Amino acid sequence: MQSEKPKLAVHKFSSCDGCQLALLNLGEPLLQLPDLVEIVHFAEAGPNAPDTPVDIALVEGSVSTPEDVERIQKVRAQSKLLVTIGACATAGGIQALANFTDRQNWMHAVYPNPEWIDVLSCSEPIARYVKIDFAIQGCPVTSKQVVSALRDLLSGITPRPEVQPVCMECKRKGLVCTLVSQGTPCMGPVTLAGCGALCPATGRGCYGCFGPAERVNDPALAERFQALGLERDAVERRFRFIMNSAPAFLEASERLQGDSDG
Amino acid sequence: MAEHRDVHIHVPVLTRVEGEGALELDLVDGSIERLNLRIFEPPRLFEKFVEGYERNQVIDMVARICGICPVAYQMSAVQAFERLSGFTPDPWVRDMRRVMYCGEWLQSHALHVHLLAAPDFLGFDSAIAMAGDYPEAVRRGLELQNLGNDLIALFGGRSVHPVGVRVGGFYRAPDVSDVSGILQRLEQALPKAEALVNWTASLAFPDDEQSFISVALSDPDCYAIAEGQLISGQGLDIDICYFESHFKEVQSPHSTALHAELDGRPYLTGPLARLNLNLHQLPAPVRRVMEGCGIHFPSHNMFHSIVARAIETYFAISEAIRLLEHYQVPDQPYQEVKPVEGNAFGCTEAPRGILWHRYDVDDQGIVRYARIVPPTSQNQARIEEDLSQSLQKLGFNQSDEALRLRAEQVIRNYDPCISCATHFLKLKVRRG
Repeated sequence: MQSEKPKLAVHKFSSCDGCQLALLNLGEPLLQLPDLVEIVHFAEAGPNAPDTPVDIALVEGSVSTPEDVERIQKVRAQSKLLVTIGACATAGGIQALANFTDRQNWMHAVYPNPEWIDVLSCSEPIARYVKIDFAIQGCPVTSKQVVSALRDLLSGITPRPEVQPVCMECKRKGLVCTLVSQGTPCMGPVTLAGCGALCPATGRGCYGCFGPAERVNDPALAERFQALGLERDAVERRFRFIMNSAPAFLEASERLQGDSDG
Repeated sequence: MAEHRDVHIHVPVLTRVEGEGALELDLVDGSIERLNLRIFEPPRLFEKFVEGYERNQVIDMVARICGICPVAYQMSAVQAFERLSGFTPDPWVRDMRRVMYCGEWLQSHALHVHLLAAPDFLGFDSAIAMAGDYPEAVRRGLELQNLGNDLIALFGGRSVHPVGVRVGGFYRAPDVSDVSGILQRLEQALPKAEALVNWTASLAFPDDEQSFISVALSDPDCYAIAEGQLISGQGLDIDICYFESHFKEVQSPHSTALHAELDGRPYLTGPLARLNLNLHQLPAPVRRVMEGCGIHFPSHNMFHSIVARAIETYFAISEAIRLLEHYQVPDQPYQEVKPVEGNAFGCTEAPRGILWHRYDVDDQGIVRYARIVPPTSQNQARIEEDLSQSLQKLGFNQSDEALRLRAEQVIRNYDPCISCATHFLKLKVRRG
């Protein structure tokens, strides 16, 4: 009967491994996972069969070496559904900051012999190379997000992506607005919900780790931050951060840089 | 039969380790011609891209180096920035950071012992497979791991890339009711952790004593976690700011992780090194559990690392209980700390060993240069040395399969943070 269960693979590219922990941190439900799916590849947990065709492939990490490019194409070819998990897979991750500069110079700064290491000049999202079927946002993604997406996909339903900003989660939780009441620079108005308004609930401003919400009015927020006393480059740093290469945040930081150059 | 074979073992993906790695072993005429632990985690160049960011942003950035030990990265960074400003956190902040760090030791050790290492000893591919025959042991592991995660989340909102730590303290102090809930769970977990120590001590260990140098932090007041002097079993005792004059990192062609050496020699950092150097500072009840488990410490058998991790698991729980027992919400969870220009040094005991940071900061608190030396790259030279000794002792006349299994097990003793898991050695043998 085992062969009739849908097959699941978890693939890792350039990342911190934190999104795979959404599964490894499940606790007791982790032991029930094999009732739902056959885990054929999940190197960090043990199963190691990266070339077996699967129904669902979860992909963590960004593409940053020539070998990664070949590997992601193979993963795509053998997976019915490909789901990216987290900031690296979906938007290149924090390491996409290397894209803003001369990566080869950086390699020289960190490694005495950079020629021994083969890397692309950029850290790229998975979707830059292959078609993806669904993206789970977050740095890191939560267990809840991953399990609910898996459940939907296994039942043949397309998961509904989050579109609202963090502000809506603050409202639902009854949290006092950190931006309005404390004058804390908070990225909540432009950041996708899904974390449960974690930072405002911890007494600080959101720093945008779930990436841009559906509608981003970055000029208005940037103006607000500057009115709070932040220099333009400090505002730019807030957009050019964990999700620096997500299109809306990238455009925002480039706009701010353009302003200061002009 | 006793003839020498040429053996070439290539393990393309190491499983049940965090990160990516592989092992290459070539034996020619009965001796090792080549032994390389390849780490091919693509370089992410963190040290360069924290340049130009503010101190508190850097604390959030460096967490992203490792999803398994983000607290360690945050703690080494915050310590560096505060030391540079001559700021000493108040006792509440110090205690609570220690508790949060205990949470990380607890989750990381429980994850490693149950999900990554124990299947080796018991002959399974993964903990999920092991759960069929050892359901209670696996459940206990998951429960302890969850408790550790929740202890981190108590201060940081979530266990992976928590958001609570800032220069000067914490963004927010946990509520008394949340603390008392977790305190109750910690007390219930203590006997389970004691059972864990005895369970790991009952595993069958190869007899494999080796001579190696242990390196750890040392705190005059307690079993060091979040601060201390750097000491070794050979008499080293230095402030962490002198790290660079004793420890050197060298690059080898087979790995993206730099190899570290202490005065030109490999060394061990991590739970067994800590226990070897600091066990006299364990609280009496923890020492009793250690002394009653049947394995003698200090130990120079690396296979005892799993027991050391279990003992530290028990210690982390008892320490968290001690520090949370009389918990009170402070007037202020943090103090403002003015930036100072200069070189900032931080070093803490990550679950896998000492994690050393250096930041050069300008007078606005912007990082201009960073250097980060994680435990796995420090242990890499020692792992390679261990593999060559351990395999030699096992005997190269053993089957390729036996060599492969032993090599995997040796590597996993170090819990290398390079991301993989079970039977990771795919064997390619060429006989001469």
